[in-house]
Amino acid sequence: MYMENNFLLTYLLLIPLLGSLLLLFINKEKESLIRWAGFGIALLAFILSLVIYLRFDPGQSGFQFVNKITWISKINVSYHVGIDGISILLILLTTFLTPITLFSSWKSIKKKVKEFTFFMLLLEVGMIGVFVSLDLFLFYVFWEAMLIPMYFIIGIWGGEQRIYASVKFFIYTMFGSLLMLVSIIWLGVYAASFTGTFTTNLLDLYKIGPGVPHQIQVFMFLSFFISFAIKVPLFPFHTWLPDAHVQAPTAGSVILAGVLLKMGTYGIIRFCLPLFPQSATEFAPVISVLAIIGIIYGALVAMVQKDMKKLVAYSSVSHLGFVVLGIFAMTTEAVQGSVIQMVNHGLSTGALFLLVGMIYDRTHTREISNYGGIAKIIPLFSFALMFASLSSMGLPGLNGFVGEFLILLGSFKSPVLNSWAYTIFAASGVIFAAVYLLWMYQRVVFGEVKHQNLFSLKDLEKREIAILIPIFIFILWIGIYPGTFLKLSEKSTNTVIQQVLVNPNTDVKVAKQ
Amino acid sequence: MIDYIYLTVLLPLIGFLINGIFGHKIKNEKIIGIIGSSTVGVSFLVALASFFQMLSLPVDQRKHVVELFSWLSAGGLNIKFAYLVDQLSIVMALIVTGVGFLIHVYSIGYMHADKSFWRFFAYLNLFIFAMMNLILGDNFVVLFLGWEGVGLCSYLLIGFWYDRKFEKGTTSQAAKKAFVVNRIGDFGFLLGMFLIYLTFDSLNFQEVFSKAELFPISGTVYGFIALFLFIGATGKSAQIPLFVWLPDAMAGPTPVSALIHAATMVTAGVYMVARCSIIFASAPAIMTVIAIVGLLTAFFAATVGLVQNDIKKVLAYSTVSQLGYMFLAMGVGAFSAGIFHVMTHAFFKALLFLGAGSIIHAMHDQQDIQHYGGLKKYMPKTYITFVIAALAISGFPGLSGFFSKDEILWNAYAHGSVLLWAVGILTALMTAFYMFRLLFLTFFGKERFSHDLHPHESPAVMTVPLIILAVLSVVGGYIGLPAVFSGENGNLFESWLSPIFSSAERRLEVYGSHGHFEEILLMMISVAAALGSIYLAYYIYTKKPEIASKTSRKFSKLYRLLLNKYYVDEVYEATIVQPLQKGSEKILWKIADNKIIDGTVNGAASLIDKTAALIRRFQTGFTQFYAFIMMVGIAIALFWIILSF
Repeated sequence: MYMENNFLLTYLLLIPLLGSLLLLFINKEKESLIRWAGFGIALLAFILSLVIYLRFDPGQSGFQFVNKITWISKINVSYHVGIDGISILLILLTTFLTPITLFSSWKSIKKKVKEFTFFMLLLEVGMIGVFVSLDLFLFYVFWEAMLIPMYFIIGIWGGEQRIYASVKFFIYTMFGSLLMLVSIIWLGVYAASFTGTFTTNLLDLYKIGPGVPHQIQVFMFLSFFISFAIKVPLFPFHTWLPDAHVQAPTAGSVILAGVLLKMGTYGIIRFCLPLFPQSATEFAPVISVLAIIGIIYGALVAMVQKDMKKLVAYSSVSHLGFVVLGIFAMTTEAVQGSVIQMVNHGLSTGALFLLVGMIYDRTHTREISNYGGIAKIIPLFSFALMFASLSSMGLPGLNGFVGEFLILLGSFKSPVLNSWAYTIFAASGVIFAAVYLLWMYQRVVFGEVKHQNLFSLKDLEKREIAILIPIFIFILWIGIYPGTFLKLSEKSTNTVIQQVLVNPNTDVKVAKQ
Repeated sequence: MIDYIYLTVLLPLIGFLINGIFGHKIKNEKIIGIIGSSTVGVSFLVALASFFQMLSLPVDQRKHVVELFSWLSAGGLNIKFAYLVDQLSIVMALIVTGVGFLIHVYSIGYMHADKSFWRFFAYLNLFIFAMMNLILGDNFVVLFLGWEGVGLCSYLLIGFWYDRKFEKGTTSQAAKKAFVVNRIGDFGFLLGMFLIYLTFDSLNFQEVFSKAELFPISGTVYGFIALFLFIGATGKSAQIPLFVWLPDAMAGPTPVSALIHAATMVTAGVYMVARCSIIFASAPAIMTVIAIVGLLTAFFAATVGLVQNDIKKVLAYSTVSQLGYMFLAMGVGAFSAGIFHVMTHAFFKALLFLGAGSIIHAMHDQQDIQHYGGLKKYMPKTYITFVIAALAISGFPGLSGFFSKDEILWNAYAHGSVLLWAVGILTALMTAFYMFRLLFLTFFGKERFSHDLHPHESPAVMTVPLIILAVLSVVGGYIGLPAVFSGENGNLFESWLSPIFSSAERRLEVYGSHGHFEEILLMMISVAAALGSIYLAYYIYTKKPEIASKTSRKFSKLYRLLLNKYYVDEVYEATIVQPLQKGSEKILWKIADNKIIDGTVNGAASLIDKTAALIRRFQTGFTQFYAFIMMVGIAIALFWIILSF
């Protein structure tokens, strides 16, 4: 199925791009038309991604659906896209969540519907672009371009402190990306000293990166890594996240948690590891410690939050800690776990944000203490919140367990980390996850009804059920039969691990992988 | 039938789905109850048919694996969704579906007119589903699925009446506590699994155990695995130090206490240890730890049980105590004796709880035995069955508890030490005392309740399960008749399970080296002890009630200590819960996050702001000033160039 020029991915980028431009021609008074058009376009993109999924061959290593067109010939930059088993999962997640979030904003977004839909579609272009780029320059363009619609989504449709939050989000991320840009150029120049031509072609750089002299490699690795770590966010780069999440509208939070954070962990897998294997293994213990601090710290801070959305936001810090730990454990089990956990987190945290948004739309408060005893008033909502919470805390049979189990199991036997201590500390996060989620649930859903106004709450309506059901289906699917998804990424995961560990400069004694 | 064993898992799941999704529309309690009970009843029949099929097979062909699909595979890991039917799992399956069925039927009467009748049956079915996965799972991960699944059901059912108060808090607090404490245990269990995978490269029972049989004994690795797994068991089976959730679990409806918190789920830890017997047998130090933890738990829980006044609290501590006996059995390598006690305990403890439910039902939710008395004549069936259960748990000769408990005590003596046996007897003595204290205060003496209550016997749907369980409590012991009595056939129960435990026993080298005379002597001592304390309870609580109050006044400090359950909850609250909460809020969130990290970020931003403001001053807009700066700049540059040559 490897074809030098396959345009499917390009179409996938063009659908939301042209779609967003098309929206500009619709009269902004026709809000319902705009909503349907936006939803339709996003749905079309999802269908196309399903086609790509069906045609994807998981047995192949390497990139598929490659499309390469020379862009800036002077510096040898090309529009070069393609996917492997890891990126296809994240693309599916993106195209799956985008129509859902658009649909969920039907009622909550009341002002500037046209602009909102426009930015959401543009955001989708950026996200897909990040996951398909096989050229560092192109990647960088998408990476930065995606910031702009997100900045506006938080800044225009956000809460009271939206300006502070959006500027903080923007600057935090920009700081990281600038470092990365320096390294991209440096890497290209370094390649030129070998081959005579400057290049940002990822596949070429895969061969060159590992040979970069140690001191320079450390700098390059760190500048890529910090940029991604901010996005993840890895402790201690996480403080933009609670602000951005709390201020963002529901759709923004869902996309932010569901997809944007994954761009960080994806970047680590796609760039940090294969380009700089030596540094990656050297830094693995330090980074894993940070990841574990994030797991425990995020959970503990989540536990004491008074705002539901902030609680879910901090829980992301904890969950993404697992993903980073899994990546740097560099065993098949762990990295596979991390890949599936990226999808899982998008589903379960996405569902939690949607649910918090749904109840916020009704009461206009997210304070936990303003709730209590809603189980008998809105049983469907209560059930859905329980389901999403269980998924998030990793109950076996649901998706979260699959990821966490593989990550912990894989990191336990990791030759790179080579100590039980990492897993023992990380696994304690499993306890804390139950604490903060069940405690929130107890205070919000159980007990006696404390506030009279809660009695008039309306349960989930059909539209909201329709939003949640597809997510819940995947939560169950991954929990019961994860093979569908694990199979997709197994080859690519192993390729990445090989790139790191089967490297003359990597100082890891690995008997078997 | 063995090939259809998955039906025992599937049927309760279907029951759960039907009642869970359509229950609130069905509304008719009978239909909901029949769906809920019949799915479990049919599961029991399937298990029974499989059991008879196994009986007809030669011993070496009794193990069957039923594979369903591949669940989790990554790298070297390949977890199949598969069920293992062997002598051990079929015994457990019979207990769970059999006792489970009776409790389902009973619940139709007990939960009558509850507004969430359907939800109750849905949860109960879900519990059976999870429990069957736990028992039948062919590998650690399927077991863990059931393990956490029963924890979830326990959580949902403890908090079933989520708007009710319970003691100082609410039922949902008790539910959360149960789940979280169980998760602490699960954390240990997970680590145990990881270490098993690291050591044996597999998580499949048969592969792991057969490798364990061949592996040369390296104590430390086995020790760690056994320790981690045992931590898991202490959570689920309420042993020291993680027993604190079980007494609070009584916040749930009484059939739940009978099914989950007495007969089945809490014995999961015992089952797990028995299942992994070869691993535990390879870690003698941990075996000792288990025996001691089990015995201490049995002892301390019994002391607490002596003074509690809430009927369900007494039974809860009694359960903790009896579970301690089972771990004592595991610890001394008497695996089949432990499983035997799991079975007899399921009968008589389920009976005690259901009996208590019948009383609570009659007394309109009054649970304080100080407000009972003289109930014998109002509820004769409940009374008689309760007496049988109390006799069984006290070890009255000929009843089920007698055989199973004495086998444990005998093994504690034969393969442990006299000390283990002596503390065990002391505990048995207290058990008989608190059970009969409860019995006499409830059914005998003056009626200490308001007569507006009009206590009455429960309907047949509740009393028939009581009667069946009473019969089982009487005869259940005879399948495990010790060799002393049964002659050349030996202990039937033990020989049925022997293929499962043979390799562990070989490693422990457990051989009966003591004579029959000793066994009978010890048995007589324990019988005397039990009868003595039953009489003591009878004397104090029906003849001379003032003795009780005098004693409690005389030893008021000890009495308060026991009444307040050794203040364990308070100590945990003060040393773990509060510091974590306060520390997370005051230090991690308010200081580390908001002040230090965010302070640095915002500080950097404002530094740039200020620097920019400073630099901006140079942009005065006067051309002369710019020219001047330019001249200075050129001068400096020239100077620099000249100097560097």
